[in-house]
Amino acid sequence: MSSINTIIEAKAHVYGDHIDTDRIIPGKYTKTLDLSTLANHVLEDLDPNFNKIVQKGDILIAGINFGCGSSREQAPLALKQSGISVVIAEDFARIFFRNAINIGLPVLEIGKHTIQKGAKIAVNLKEGTVTDITANKIYTATKLPDIMIAILNEGGLVPYLNKNGNYTL
Amino acid sequence: MGQTISEKIISNHVGHKVYAGELVISNVDGAMASDTTGPLTIKAFKEMGGKKVFNPDKCALIIDHAAPSPNERIANLHKMMRDFAKEQGMRLFEIGEGICHQVMVENQYVKPGDIFIGADSHTPTYGALNAFACGVGSTDLAAVMMTGKIWLKVPQTIKVHCSGKLKDGVTAKDLILFLVGKITVSGATYQAIEFCGEAFEGLSLASRMTIANMSSEMGAKTGIVHPAGLELDYDFSAITPDEDAKYIKTFDFDVSDLEPQVSAPESPDNVHNISNYEGTKVDYAFIGTCCNGRLEDLDIAAKILKGKKIHPDVRLIIAPASQSVLLDAMSNGTMATLIESGASLITSGCGPCVGTHQGVPADGEVVISAANRNFRGRMGNPNSNIYLGAPATVAASALEGKIINPKKYLI
Repeated sequence: MSSINTIIEAKAHVYGDHIDTDRIIPGKYTKTLDLSTLANHVLEDLDPNFNKIVQKGDILIAGINFGCGSSREQAPLALKQSGISVVIAEDFARIFFRNAINIGLPVLEIGKHTIQKGAKIAVNLKEGTVTDITANKIYTATKLPDIMIAILNEGGLVPYLNKNGNYTL
Repeated sequence: MGQTISEKIISNHVGHKVYAGELVISNVDGAMASDTTGPLTIKAFKEMGGKKVFNPDKCALIIDHAAPSPNERIANLHKMMRDFAKEQGMRLFEIGEGICHQVMVENQYVKPGDIFIGADSHTPTYGALNAFACGVGSTDLAAVMMTGKIWLKVPQTIKVHCSGKLKDGVTAKDLILFLVGKITVSGATYQAIEFCGEAFEGLSLASRMTIANMSSEMGAKTGIVHPAGLELDYDFSAITPDEDAKYIKTFDFDVSDLEPQVSAPESPDNVHNISNYEGTKVDYAFIGTCCNGRLEDLDIAAKILKGKKIHPDVRLIIAPASQSVLLDAMSNGTMATLIESGASLITSGCGPCVGTHQGVPADGEVVISAANRNFRGRMGNPNSNIYLGAPATVAASALEGKIINPKKYLI
């Protein structure tokens, strides 16, 4: 069954709008299959400190159009490898969104929010809710299409296809 | 009910009429990955149980993002791609053969009416050909190569109608920069764009590729240029939208007075008339990429630089979009003109645009580039600034050492 935790409670790292994939992982580091190289440089042109302060299970929060730019799957891979357990944004660029689900990194789209840096956040993936414990505020995420839920429940597209051999709606 | 171009193409591939919002599993005509996305694709393909790619004649790998390999790590990834292509009986486009999108079009891997999936965000470039082309990441692409299918939501379509003809000295790049500025980097997320109207009808295939290419800079799933005026060297049946097709939004611009456009750091939609930036000192000029590395782009640069020398404080790098473009530019004299002016020629490929090698700017330097992205750090140095413009703007700016309207050299 699922390799994804459905209940997550962790600290939020909060960034702004239009965080592009060059800022998530610069192109010069993408040509590798070594995930630790990706994690070592994640978000370095946005926040050189991120890599030092991120802890396993932490939550990344952003504004609109998170992950715009290139198709590099290294972007969600770098975030996942760095310890990020879920990415929450007002909305996402489409390729990043698919890539994240495909590699088993949960992503939630919650629209306009006021979550502050360092806030304690609880996420219920099954219910699709995000609770800002610090500010005592609950957000409801846009529901994923069923096929994405199925892919995420298997832990990503590789285990999904390993099990099913093909797509089913 | 009427259909958009995207709805028609997807309907043709799923065997019944579909409309925006429906989730489908569609057959795919072709697929490709580059050396940024290919190695992860191969890894995922094997892990998901892939044995044979669905159609070796329509699947390809292209070594273009870091070609030739700048270090042993990337050399080994390239070898992994060569070995996989050989094992699968599919073509690998070698270093120097060209940029993925250019070689896919030149070698007819994609044709009008096709659904083509590429592991590169600029895959919508094939919308120039009246195809539905979509960028994905490595694992999605591995699944396409294994199953010959993709799941997707039929997109809503934004209609972008441009009336009027572009003035002399104003090109497709200026037009698409203008549109990116208006529609913004997230203005078409998840949606398809249809470009139509007089301004597009007279455009060459190369110019249409420039237009469709930057659909991805608006977040679009695909961007298709209306086939009116499209000329190809083979027969094709064009797919046009129904008159009563439903659009989520319609833009209407008269572009007959459009001036050259420049996108300033550090987002492609930070676009203004060139007059706002004229006089900005530049250190480095670059013409190439899947957006603007084709023959007409090199030709217009050569027209500006013929018999002249670029500014002594500027370096000009040229990366033709493919070997075929390079050969054409050699035989028509363009390449000699560019090199005599002081330009440096590098291997056909993505080169400096992705910041891996072949021309990383120094701290504090200003680049004027014919590419499609100017995000912070894009060219490999977060402390440099990238301005985007048309090839003519880049060539004129290289000549004068500052951003300049190329008009006086072209009219």
